[in-house]
Amino acid sequence: MTIAVRTFSQLNEAASAIASDRDAAFFGGGTLIMRGINEGHAHISAIVRTTDAEFRAIRTAGSNFEIGAGATMSDVLANRELSFLHEAARAVGGPAIRNMATVGGNLFARSPYGDFTAALLALDARVAAAGSSGGRETPLADLLRDRERNGHGVISHVSVPRPAGGAEMRFVKVSRVKPKGVSVITIAAYLPLSGSRVQGARIAYGAMAPTPVRVAAVEQALEGKTLDASGVAQALAVATDGTSPASDPIASEWYRREVAPVHLKRLLLGQPA
Amino acid sequence: MLEFRKEIFADERDDNLNEIGQPTQRQDMLGHVTGRTRFFDDHAFEGLLHLKVVRSPHHHARIRGIDTSAAERIAGVRRIIRAADVPHNLNTLLSLIGFGRDDEPALAEDTVRYVGEPIVAIVADSEATAYEAVNAVRVDYEVLPHVLDVEEALAPGAPQVNPAYPGNAFEYHDLYNHQKLRFGDVEKGFAQADYVLDERYQMSPIEHAPTETNGSIAAPETNDRFVVHTSTQALFFSLGTSAKLLDLPSNRLHFIGGTVGGGFGGKVDTLTEPLSILGAMLTGAPVRYVLNREEEMQAGPPRGAERWYVKDGVMNDGRIVARQLRGYFDAGAYTRLSSYAVHKCTAHIPGPYTIPNVSSDVFCVFTHRTPATAMRGFGVTGVDFALECQMDKLARAIGMDAIEFRILNAYRDGDMKAHRREAKNCALIECCQVAAEKANWPIRDEFKQMSSMTGGGGERAIMPVNAPARYDAPQPAAAQPPLQPAVAPSAPPPQPAPAAQPAPPPAQPAPPPQPAQTDQKRTYRFSSVVGTRRR
Amino acid sequence: MTKTPLQFRLNGAEKAVFTEGGQNLLDVLRREVGDFAPKYGCGQGACGVCTVLVDGEPRLSCLTLAETVQGQAVETTSGLADGPELHVLQTAFMEHFAAQCGFCTPGMLMAAKALLDTNPTPSRDDVVEAISGNICRCTGYEPIIDAILDAAHNRRRSA
Repeated sequence: MTIAVRTFSQLNEAASAIASDRDAAFFGGGTLIMRGINEGHAHISAIVRTTDAEFRAIRTAGSNFEIGAGATMSDVLANRELSFLHEAARAVGGPAIRNMATVGGNLFARSPYGDFTAALLALDARVAAAGSSGGRETPLADLLRDRERNGHGVISHVSVPRPAGGAEMRFVKVSRVKPKGVSVITIAAYLPLSGSRVQGARIAYGAMAPTPVRVAAVEQALEGKTLDASGVAQALAVATDGTSPASDPIASEWYRREVAPVHLKRLLLGQPA
Repeated sequence: MLEFRKEIFADERDDNLNEIGQPTQRQDMLGHVTGRTRFFDDHAFEGLLHLKVVRSPHHHARIRGIDTSAAERIAGVRRIIRAADVPHNLNTLLSLIGFGRDDEPALAEDTVRYVGEPIVAIVADSEATAYEAVNAVRVDYEVLPHVLDVEEALAPGAPQVNPAYPGNAFEYHDLYNHQKLRFGDVEKGFAQADYVLDERYQMSPIEHAPTETNGSIAAPETNDRFVVHTSTQALFFSLGTSAKLLDLPSNRLHFIGGTVGGGFGGKVDTLTEPLSILGAMLTGAPVRYVLNREEEMQAGPPRGAERWYVKDGVMNDGRIVARQLRGYFDAGAYTRLSSYAVHKCTAHIPGPYTIPNVSSDVFCVFTHRTPATAMRGFGVTGVDFALECQMDKLARAIGMDAIEFRILNAYRDGDMKAHRREAKNCALIECCQVAAEKANWPIRDEFKQMSSMTGGGGERAIMPVNAPARYDAPQPAAAQPPLQPAVAPSAPPPQPAPAAQPAPPPAQPAPPPQPAQTDQKRTYRFSSVVGTRRR
Repeated sequence: MTKTPLQFRLNGAEKAVFTEGGQNLLDVLRREVGDFAPKYGCGQGACGVCTVLVDGEPRLSCLTLAETVQGQAVETTSGLADGPELHVLQTAFMEHFAAQCGFCTPGMLMAAKALLDTNPTPSRDDVVEAISGNICRCTGYEPIIDAILDAAHNRRRSA
């Protein structure tokens, strides 16, 4: 079994190469593909990669940030304007992993991985594909919903709206191993406040479904509420509505459901994790 | 920082020592910090081949057929090794000291008994090719019923796990299906006790998770020998086991090991060496067989699970007057070292406490789980967890401080232990006193004044006339009285998990064992736990 | 089998090897070059024993496609000492008993070097974060953290 490595200087060329070869895999930072090769699970004939600097760039576009899918977690951490994403980026592995793992790759990480994507979901991020359909942005949730089915293309960048003034971005990754471990549950909460009341909250979970998911029931229950014990009570009661957590070596489905409201409560009330 | 309490037992110790009590550098430290330490995999061989195995996806299944034709066609596959290629494909780890029946093949013959059991080995030019060939092997399984719980495994009608032990329990001296300890009369003790506590404890299997996985490289050497670089923690176990499975004189094997990237007990089972060597014999080339992380976690042996029923009788003044234990060690599918763990455990019962009436029955049980092995104090850790939880509960129940309660019941020099040996060199009282002091845990002055060297012996050294005479004479396992299920007088036993009822204890004794095969190597009394030894 | 030429610097010395498609950097270092200091522990980014520096940044060599270090500078623990002079981290690890089995040590040292090279005055939390991707199953980490803090201190004092 030989794996051909095809390196392109332009992202669009790489996207074309992927489009024409079903047995090829696009290579971002390598943390997912190389693991598969090391363990004998990667059934691919070619690796396609790009050295396109654009692919890794982070830029401002109007009220949005465009984060190149090839940007690493370290790149995100090095960008001061993206401070609202720093906690999520820091939750991904140790420094070595963060120097490799990319924003684009995280969109395809299987549960219980994909913590950064949960934060992007809460921020209502959109994604753009490279290649022929290039430029058109679609909601991140759509990509996640269809990723197992259509997982053959290249994302060029993720577009993240700049958080509104007065909105808070909160993030917690719960692991059983300290300081770093795999997620039991990851919660990202985008909380716009009107006075002291929540208006238009977006809550996303990681490790609570096959992909990171928004939790509509919690979002609705928070609408117009204050972030105190009585204000969040209804949200906690529906904390796991619509989720389908897995039992895996990190935690059982039962355990994930049990602790979800506990960690959601701490996050919403601003208590230590 | 280390602190030496030299005032304790000062007259028992010679302090004019050059090394003990002095800091010293590890002799291997310079190698570690320079990256020059050579672990088994840090050796270059020209033409190195890589071995990977096909593993069972089932807990229990009959192998109806194995189709390796697609794997054979893959370029770069050098050799496919099946069970029939292993010269003497049955062993038990402790056979080297004549303890137990051969019960485990290097490659499964016609039945797989745990998820991850090796079936076929592939030797190929690269790891990638070996994996590709492993994925191409088709095994036709007839899935059989399995048992994963120790008490269910001993219940009548349970699926038989290991044909060497038809009753699903290891047989000591080919006679006994468990290790038994009797001292005094526990029933009398319970009758006299002010308070009786009956509880259930269990411990899950624990993976050692060394940063270096199990592995070895075997290569043809001069003089028709094979050099073997291995991660083993037990070099001569591994050498002897490999020689036996491969039917080779041991002087044809040159084992190099001792530099282990974390072992903790998980590298004593000779998991890889026999197949590495066989691969080298069959191909004439160096062969490397290393478990990947997933294999290490799934098929590598853990510390075995244990379940305990502990019943204690205690007086209001704090004296424990009776302790009854029933324990089950989950050996998984094969014996490995669990038989010894049970032996060692029984030698540890009833914990470091002087109790006049003690009864214990401990089983080494076979289930369709990954075979268990050694891990840091194995045999003692699980029962100590149970006993020390129980000690806290007892202390609370009678309103006594938990540390004072331990000091009161601790072995003192001269006491008679339940194994009919005198307690010597005791130090639990002093440990409790220092621990309490360090933790700012208040204990009363009279307990601060107590000593392991005083108050022992006398009445505490009297060997009880053992009550039920039927326990004294060795009898075949089949003739033993049935074990009664423990009944909790105070509270129901804790539930292990929601919705999961604990399996009922077996109402009947385990099925009688088949008579040992006549050609079976005679088993001997395992000696390392019965000799006198100073701490 | 297709092989691709690969040139990079390893601990300051030029290396030229052939790499196979899909081969990881760790395998190239160990099998093609013969530098056995970085170890293989998990192949999945969980343990950190393969940590090396690429252009000064810590990377997991088992997850690094070898071809991606073309023309770059790779550092491993083999190059940490300056001839017979141990690096300040190596001395501190020895003094603090920061290694037992030694299998995590080469990766741990490189993670620590990356920290000290960019942050000469790390806090204890900084040290914990810097080695958060490196597993040690023997020491319980405290001696390692102490050693790295001490090395940072010693390096400042001698600078």
